[in-house]
Amino acid sequence: MKTISVADAVAMIPDGASIMIGGFLGVGTPERVIDELVRVGRRNLLVIANDTAVPGKGVGKLIDAGLVARTVASHIGLNPETQKQMMAGRMAVDLVPQGTLIERIRAGGHGLGGILTPTGVGTVVEEGKRRIEVDGKSYLLEAALRADFALVHAFLADYTGNLSYALTARNFNPVIAMAADTVIVTADHIVPVGVIAPDHVVTPAALVDYLVASG
Amino acid sequence: MLVNLGIGIPTLVANYVPAGIAVFFQSENGLIGTGPIPEEGMTLAMLTDAGGQPVSALPGACTFDSAMSFGLIRGGHLDLTVLGGLQVDAQGRLANWMIPGKMVPGMGGAMDLVTGARRVVVAMQHLAKGKPKIVETCTLPLTSVRPVDLVVTEMAVIGFPEGQATLLETAPGVSVEQVVAATEAPLVRANRIPEMKL
Repeated sequence: MKTISVADAVAMIPDGASIMIGGFLGVGTPERVIDELVRVGRRNLLVIANDTAVPGKGVGKLIDAGLVARTVASHIGLNPETQKQMMAGRMAVDLVPQGTLIERIRAGGHGLGGILTPTGVGTVVEEGKRRIEVDGKSYLLEAALRADFALVHAFLADYTGNLSYALTARNFNPVIAMAADTVIVTADHIVPVGVIAPDHVVTPAALVDYLVASG
Repeated sequence: MLVNLGIGIPTLVANYVPAGIAVFFQSENGLIGTGPIPEEGMTLAMLTDAGGQPVSALPGACTFDSAMSFGLIRGGHLDLTVLGGLQVDAQGRLANWMIPGKMVPGMGGAMDLVTGARRVVVAMQHLAKGKPKIVETCTLPLTSVRPVDLVVTEMAVIGFPEGQATLLETAPGVSVEQVVAATEAPLVRANRIPEMKL
């Protein structure tokens, strides 16, 4: 794990990168990294996140700035700008059931090729997918998802990069921290080693490539 | 019991839990033990419900990531979900996540909830702009092929025993004929249909 400035962290992310972003309607999203992506104007991004928040918040800031070419999300209903860009054909949106999205990411981070889920069988979600019967029950084969970068927000990070999360700001964060080639973390508080007890570490430091310094 | 409430009419269910019944509400963003909106000045940005609104957490509450949250939902650990609806067909299949060309919000957790919860209840208005929402065949995309257990409207309670829409109760002041007229799907009717107790 290396400590890094937010500018240096975003300098690693090229145009066209695929990025997983933590957060649920902007709760638990690494806002400082998002703000820097907007400031430097990274373009053609593929964003994988639960939702696109609302205009002016979290992932919504990237949408507002027109930086996203494709979004993979479960919900865009609270962001009219996402819907506008989708309808106008300026941004592609792949809608995925929330439980399927998080399991596809989990599979990507856990070395699995995909998952079998009953969710979506017999609906439009099934289109183009294989249906597999196991013990008389139908499932869809949903492929694993990975990304170039995971942008994670934690509550506490210790000096080695161990992470813990707070309340509902946890959501996708620990799962995406497993599923990307490069993991960049911001935290509400950076604390000495030992402040997060071993039993309370949710994301081990070994998964964290860069911890963005406070400031 | 563990219960997940959708946005809108279903959210009101929390106000009518009888005393003495131990219910924990789940928010799919990662919380069991969701409590009422805190007083002004007592909200916490990192404690929200699945609509992103500030909530409180009741004694015994716990938090977890989204994979655990949907493991609870799909894995048969959620006793009940109450959701809104756009259409329900004669066999009880629900459409509640999009109107093609008009409203494409995404399914969020709805498909997992209807597929995985032990019991699914739809709480909705009986009609939309004067048109029946309980229809022969859904014209809107289905949320799941798994039929719901119960539909509760301001006019009636409708269940799906034997896979067919069946009128179970009528609202006070509403006749069986009025319910039938406001419902496109054929309704199985018992000889005596009780009135809802409010």
